Amino acid sequence: MQRIAFSIPEEVLEHVFSFVHSDKDRNAISLVCKSWYEIERWCRRRIFIGNCYAVSPRMLIKRFPEVRSITLKGKPHFADFNLVPEGWGGYACTWIEAMATAYPWLEEIRLKRMVITDDSLELIAKSFKNFQVLVLSSCEGFSTDGLAAIAANCSNNSYISGTCAAVPIVLFAADFQVKIESVNLRELDLRESEVDDLSGHWLSQFPDSFTSLVSLNISCLGSEVSLSALERLLGRCPNLQSLRLNRAVPLDRLVNLIGRSPNLVELGTGTYSSEVQPDVFSDLAGVFVGCKQLKSLSGFWDAVPYYLPAVYPISSRLTSLNLSYATTESPYLVKLVSECQNLQRLWVLDYIEDSGLDALAASCKDLRELRVFPSDPFGLEPNVALTEKGLVSVSEGCPKLQSVLYFCRQMSNAALVTIARNRPNMTRFRLCIIEPRTPDYLTLEPLDAGFGAIVEHCKDLQRLSLSGLLTDRVFEYIGTYGKKLEMLSVAFAGDSDLGLHYVLSGCDNLRKLEVRDCPFGDKALLANAAKLETMRSLWMSSCAVSYGACKLLGQKMPRLNVEVIDERGPPDSRPESCPVEKLYIYRTIAGRRMDMPGFVWRMEGASGGNCQWQVQAQEASRTKKFTVAWHIQLQLWLVFELDVILFLKLVSTFCRLLA
Amino acid sequence: MNGQQEEVSPQLLDLISKDNNREWHMDRDSSSSSEERKLELRLGPPGEEEEEGEEDSLLSLGYFSTPTTINGSQTLKKKITTLSSPWTQNNQHNNGVSSFLQSSSSSSKPSSATNTAVPNSSQKRTAPGPVVGWPPIRSFRKNLASTSVSSKTQSPHESQNHQHVDKLAGKKHVLVENNNVGVVVGGGKGLFVKINMDGVPIGRKVDLNAYDSYEKLSTAVDELFRGLLAAQRDSCAGKIQNKQEDKAITGVLDGSGEYTLVYEDNEGDRMLVGDVPWHMFVSTVKRLRVLKSSELSAFTREF
Repeated sequence: MQRIAFSIPEEVLEHVFSFVHSDKDRNAISLVCKSWYEIERWCRRRIFIGNCYAVSPRMLIKRFPEVRSITLKGKPHFADFNLVPEGWGGYACTWIEAMATAYPWLEEIRLKRMVITDDSLELIAKSFKNFQVLVLSSCEGFSTDGLAAIAANCSNNSYISGTCAAVPIVLFAADFQVKIESVNLRELDLRESEVDDLSGHWLSQFPDSFTSLVSLNISCLGSEVSLSALERLLGRCPNLQSLRLNRAVPLDRLVNLIGRSPNLVELGTGTYSSEVQPDVFSDLAGVFVGCKQLKSLSGFWDAVPYYLPAVYPISSRLTSLNLSYATTESPYLVKLVSECQNLQRLWVLDYIEDSGLDALAASCKDLRELRVFPSDPFGLEPNVALTEKGLVSVSEGCPKLQSVLYFCRQMSNAALVTIARNRPNMTRFRLCIIEPRTPDYLTLEPLDAGFGAIVEHCKDLQRLSLSGLLTDRVFEYIGTYGKKLEMLSVAFAGDSDLGLHYVLSGCDNLRKLEVRDCPFGDKALLANAAKLETMRSLWMSSCAVSYGACKLLGQKMPRLNVEVIDERGPPDSRPESCPVEKLYIYRTIAGRRMDMPGFVWRMEGASGGNCQWQVQAQEASRTKKFTVAWHIQLQLWLVFELDVILFLKLVSTFCRLLA
Repeated sequence: MNGQQEEVSPQLLDLISKDNNREWHMDRDSSSSSEERKLELRLGPPGEEEEEGEEDSLLSLGYFSTPTTINGSQTLKKKITTLSSPWTQNNQHNNGVSSFLQSSSSSSKPSSATNTAVPNSSQKRTAPGPVVGWPPIRSFRKNLASTSVSSKTQSPHESQNHQHVDKLAGKKHVLVENNNVGVVVGGGKGLFVKINMDGVPIGRKVDLNAYDSYEKLSTAVDELFRGLLAAQRDSCAGKIQNKQEDKAITGVLDGSGEYTLVYEDNEGDRMLVGDVPWHMFVSTVKRLRVLKSSELSAFTREF
């Protein structure tokens, strides 16, 4: 392998590598030999960092000097549900500052659950000459002023684009990677961010020369945007493919807004209600028909039944429909959904009811993803006729269904077993029975067997969320069968340490585990300490892990950041056996993070702790009982196997290139 | 016996060594401080060389609390064997683990007790009433149904209120601006507003759409901060065990209590909560703050 590697010129290898897009494969490439490592690191353009505290900006920049696109994630997932106190961290500014000097050619920034200030947005706007994509997903800390800065600076290099248009698109030989498509902002996507709405006038900051917008998502904005500015902006961006408006955009203005965007593929409407006006209806239907590429619709805030049929003419084209804000009664939803026979993704409120899901199962044979959200999550009594039956019939009728998020109030083992048998191709299964610890409503048994059937039959299950009454037994099933499981969410389940132990010791591919209100404690955690280094993160809140155990874990596992989050004050003011409120553990090569607020404590390694660890390790490995060593061997072996496959792939690619 | 255990749960052997003396610390270290001794006890197999007194205090952790075991791994194994399910037995998939589960020695203790019993310990932990973060719905989805109704009834009213209050507050609101904010309110989005309290380092958020009067809001403030405040005081005073009834936070509206609720409106001005009609308040509030009433005098002077 070495010889071949050396005989191939660096440039060729670099070109070959450019066809390898998966991060996993790129990582494998860099482990083949030193020269591949070097070549690979200089041509890595895209970086994904699943936890912004797992590595420091400095380390990233040192290893990958030519990054063009970065994806960074901050807070734990449970932050979505208000479980992470405000001020916890996940600040983007250190990253932005470091990248501003190191990566002048950075094109894409995608942040998730991070705190980004207006200053940072301004820095982005000013620092990157070739900036194209900004995606802020569930971010906070910024206002429309920051967005105004982005808008104002989004096309400050229009003259370069003029020059570049004249040169060949791919510069051959000199540098295969430089592929100039556009130097202006293409995508601005605010997903579900929390933006301080200072004014809607930021949209007018986009310069008149700016025409390159492909995707704009402002659906999370609360306040009214300047409709005239928006209209002008959309009117001069002929390549617009994705537009998601916010709730403040009235229905009667929608026609004008999208009338000049014939290439729209995705559209999120604003408020979908208005007085009954036949001309608005016909205009709307006309515009939808005019968008020949339109495949995805969302928005539909406060949708009124009268306007829903405007969608019917294009219903057969639609593959994605998000009705999760459409507080419309069942019959109208059902009618709409059954018109859309090629639907692949449906998000909807539980207003659709069982009967609607029956209709969905009968008409949408291509459905892959279904999410049903609760309209009244905090009500004590069911407000709609939605039960497990709806999900069962979808699982029967839709053979391609592979991703489910389902909120309901009753479930049975029999239903779960049926779903599992019907849909062994399921990869994501998230079920939320709204009342915690709800048993099988038919037998009053725990739902262990039902979820057990899901993990047993769905061999490729990657993501699972549990709810309902569950004992340790369900975790035994998960540990036994969930070999491909990557993310598991658990709440109000289990009855002892054993539950956690099954999962940590059994789920080989587990990356993220989040647990709340479960009686899991020290033993399972400490016994599987080595496993934590193979995972991205573990969240445990309101569990039974003691402060003492956290301390010990922090001491013994120096490559883990063991962070105790306790809003009651310093944990050492309580007995060591006292359970910690919240615990967040993640592996890191950056060590202690510098921005911890006062209610987060990192469990520090005691001085000399490492020494003892090594002594321990030596002893253990001598007796061949030390699983960490075994783990490492296994990993090396896996890497080797991967490399062989990869190498064969590369050789074949290379041959094809020569031919 | 030992050999069998290795096959059974190699992960356990990773950190739980059989020889207690050779655990994390070397011999001389383990005797050096009582703190480390405690840690050791928890790491090691339960019931082994544990002082009886200690065990009580560790009860919350000791879910394996089987009194007579000699070895922790053994206990664990016993539990594993008892949990083999009828369901796995029906399917003849001889997966590694399940086959192990079935083949291992039949255990004397039936598992039915553990399986059907309501998990008691965790149930105690949750207070009745809503639990933070459950059901797991993003904040903007909450109250989608309830607010959509209000959005239809609110608007005509609102502008009147605005004008009325504009006079009251002596401010020159531009009506259009108010309507902008009103859109958020009417929207089913759930109006989440940050709220901070003097003396409590942690901020919270309240959904104003979930309340319809100042009284309910003040109750919510009490619920949000009472525990936190008490914890804060406790930790400051260093009294952990003090279980006195937490004092309710009352009188935040009329200034009669220890704390007073103020807010920052959409123009950045600080106002007393309760001065304007509820709808007006909801449509202009940007942030809430619970101030110490004693510090309020300074605030009002400024105001």
